[in-house]
Formats: sequence, C-alpha cells, structure tokens
Amino acid sequence: MKTLVWVEHDNASVKDATLATVTAASQLGDVDLLVAGSGCAAVADEAAGIAGVGTVYLADDAAYENALAENVAPLVVQLMGDHDAFVAPATSNGKNIAPRVAALLDVVQVSEILSVVSADTFTRPIYAGNAIATVQAPAGKLVLTVRGTAFAKAEKTGGAGTVQAAAAGGDQGLSTFVGSEISKSERPELTSAKIIVSGGRALQNSENFHTLIEPLADKLGAGVGASRAAVDAGYVPNDYQVGQTGKIVAPEVYIAVGISGAIQHLAGMKDSKVIIAINKDEDAPIFQVADVGLVGDLFKIVPELTGKL
Amino acid sequence: MKVLVPVKRVIDYNVKPRVKMDGTGVDLANVKMSMNPFDEIAVEEAIRLREKGVATEIVAVSIGVQKCQETLRTALAMGADRAILVLTEDEAEPLAVAKILKGIVDEEQPGLVILGKQAIDDDSNQTGQMLAALTGRPQGTFASKVEVDGDSVKVTREVDGGLETVSLKAPAIVTTDLRLNEPRYASLPNIMKAKSKPLANKTPADYGVDTAPRLKTLKVEEPAKRQAGVKVGDVDELIGKLKVLGVVA
Repeated sequence: MKTLVWVEHDNASVKDATLATVTAASQLGDVDLLVAGSGCAAVADEAAGIAGVGTVYLADDAAYENALAENVAPLVVQLMGDHDAFVAPATSNGKNIAPRVAALLDVVQVSEILSVVSADTFTRPIYAGNAIATVQAPAGKLVLTVRGTAFAKAEKTGGAGTVQAAAAGGDQGLSTFVGSEISKSERPELTSAKIIVSGGRALQNSENFHTLIEPLADKLGAGVGASRAAVDAGYVPNDYQVGQTGKIVAPEVYIAVGISGAIQHLAGMKDSKVIIAINKDEDAPIFQVADVGLVGDLFKIVPELTGKL
Repeated sequence: MKVLVPVKRVIDYNVKPRVKMDGTGVDLANVKMSMNPFDEIAVEEAIRLREKGVATEIVAVSIGVQKCQETLRTALAMGADRAILVLTEDEAEPLAVAKILKGIVDEEQPGLVILGKQAIDDDSNQTGQMLAALTGRPQGTFASKVEVDGDSVKVTREVDGGLETVSLKAPAIVTTDLRLNEPRYASLPNIMKAKSKPLANKTPADYGVDTAPRLKTLKVEEPAKRQAGVKVGDVDELIGKLKVLGVVA
C-alpha cells in the first residue's frame, strides 16, 4: 500500500506531529510525504531526511501558505490518484483538511487512530476516550488522522527521500487568510512536552496561574496546560486547554493542580505515564486516575514544592 | 440570509458511558440523551445572527431515530423557526450525514450552515468539513468568532498555536468551538411555543442517500484501567516520589 502523509510545518521546519504520523503510515506500507506551503523548500529537504520516506511532493505556492483546506484538499485529491491512503496528524490542520479530502474521494474517514491492527483495521477512541472501538474500513482509498501521542516518533534523520515538485492547483478563490494571533511561549510545546504542569479553576485568577503554575513548570522544564474551566475563566489562552476538545497529551509526567478531573479533561491526559494530582478535595475524581496524590491547599503546596525543587 | 443548523442527539455529556459486556457498543438504554453541546453553541450563534439582523430564518435539522424530534424541539425552543427531521434507524456516519445535509442545502439554499465541530459520542470531527467539500463551499472550522459582512463571513478559528482568522465567501460552512458563545436556556413559554412550530419529516431516500454504515465496528472495549495510585502526606513525600520517577534529580 502506498500512503501519502500530510507534513505539518510552519513553512520553516517540520513539526513533531509529522513524525508520529510517519510511524503510523509506515505500518500500512510505503510512505510518501506532501509538503504544501509557500517558500517551504527547506521543509521538503528536512522531510526527505525522515527515516523510511520515499517521495516528498513539494507544492510550493502562495495559495498553500496557510494550509487553507479549500486550496489544499484538491491538491491532495490529485495526488491520491496513485496513493491508497491519505494519513494526516490529528492537528488542527489535519482535522480541517482530511475530512474535506475524504468527502471529495467519497470515502469514510477514520479519525484519531490509536493503533493499526491491520491494513484496513484500526482502533480509535470514542465517547471522550471512555471506549475504544476497533473499526474496519471498506475496500478502496483510506483517509486517516493519527493521534500523535499513540505512536512513536520516526527518526528525523537517516532517510533518503527524493523531493519532487507537485503540480499546484492554485487558489480556489473560496477563502482567504486574514491573520493570526499565535501565543508566544518559551516553554516546550504542549503536545510534545515530557512533563506538563496543568492548572484548573481552583487557581482563582490569571495572576495565580503566573505566580504558582508557571514557576513550577519552569523548575521542571515542563509545558503548561489548563483545564477548560481555567480557560473559560480567562486565566490562560485557549490553546493551553487539555481535554476532549482541547489538546490530547501523553507526557511522561502530568501534574494536575486544582483540577477536579471531569471526564472531558481526563480524555485529554489519561494516557500520561505518571499522573500527579494536587487537590484539596480528597474525593475529586482526579485521584482515581492519579498515581501520586496529595490532598491539600495548592496555595501552600505549590510554592513549597517549587521552593524545594 | 437563511441559516441551517444541524443538531445531533447524543448521550448527555455528564453521563459516564458504559461499554456493553458483549463488546458491541456503548449501552445507551435508559441513558439521558441531550443535544450535542457544540450544536447548542451552533443554534445559539444562529439566533444571535438573527438578533443582529443578519439571519432571516433559522432551520434546524437532525438525522436519526424518531426521538431526535426532542432535540429539534429544544432547538425550536431556543429560537429556531422550523425543523426538519430525517428519519433513519441506522447510525448515520459523518459522510452519510454530510450527503443528506447537502440535499437539504440544495433545497433550502442557506447563506450559512453552522454545525458543531464534533459530536461527543463518535468524536469524529468530520461532518462540517465533508459538507463543505460536497457543496464546494468554503469552511470555517473550530470557530470562536463569526462576523458576517455582506457576502463575506469572517471566522476566527481556534488552531493549535492560538487563533487565526479567515475570510470566507458566502455561502459558507462554519463549525463551532466551545468559546464561540454561551448557549441560552429555553424558557418555559418558549418550550410551549416550540410545540407548534413546523417540523417536517423526511427520510434519507428523499435525498437519495444510503445511510448503511460503511465502516464496520468489530468491537468496542473499555480502555485499559490505570493502576490504583498512592496518596502522599506532604510535599517532601511528593518530592521523594518525583525523585523515584526521575522527574527531579
């Protein structure tokens, strides 16, 4: 089977989400990559170095700069003429583009796969991760999105892919990119951080988030996350949100501070290797999944912890 | 412009789903069902657009069993003008739903279709994008802000690193994210009024769509259970554990 993998990038370098997707795709067959963007030749060169990669299709056109689904989907469909599967990471781009491709190909999509059972059978989470379904896709082309935390990352080097220009379909004239507000952060990216410190509603305000959660995270070299309650209350921007509707993370260590552990939040972090919970309510559901729990007032515990590390 | 809002009847988001012992699915017998939370946000946004004088008529549509009528009545009680129920016993997959919705879009010619970004039961996050593809319309997914200005729809989207704004040429498809708005509750008088609002009954065959699932579910299992953890008494013990785990030196 020949697979085509969507390369997640920022027109400068390959994003980590791509690497796990390559691993998933390689379990299906030969892996080709698609780099669509603007002024992104360096990305294609970098992508060609990923272990196990065949052809890297480079579609370099202003129309692809911001990965608008309306422009990108026809390009993918055209390349699917000689590929059997389109595989994208379940990032906001992947989730935006893949279903549009699937519908244009008139095939179903399997979202956020956790494992490849066989070439047409996959597992995926449903009901906020409270159940795992094993599904078999019908014969014909496949469209998949991959949960990045469920697959090991492919090696970034050692590959010998060849870069080939892909005929660009250009701008479809349906949508235009206006602008973006990207949160700046020096900390590790949430979805690839080894340690995450997350705060919830109990922090009470944005200032406490800055004075309590962030110093602890910095001491540990950790990424910073949040529950929906903390995001809705405006303590932190929404791209910090971990959960069913936010980011799905599976770090080595997840430290939940003042988070009760609603099922929508657990859906985003319960595959973490070790979960540590700090909460004053000893009956909080978070303690049912936590490996290490400490019952107490976070306003006393967190500064003490940060101080002693 | 006319606004079309597809809504789905799903397990209530507060209910912890139980997997059936025989591994065929999740037990939905006698479980509280509600409107998918993202769809409530979609209905709310449509109503707000009407309050701003942008939307002229709001049509809610649901696809599924007879009981989806309750979900549509909820949308009508919130403020939708009329509803369409497409009856099927099949658990329609996103692609089939998108095809039925395309049939409705062709018939109704809405200027805007607002869907939820995902249903909390199958967690697919596909239908809106698929509908956009089938109708050849632009898509504004994961919207946290929607502004209609004549023929263009400006959508602020929640993306991985923050926010991005796109401008779409109407007619457009928008899918809602959590932070788009806070849905209103239907008042009792409005619930009563909703009972007399028009609700049309249709079938997938009316739109020439076969809803038989293409994806075969082989089994549904509970996720692996986590080992019970320990509680520590104070910060020093916690640091001790962190050292054992190698988080700190």
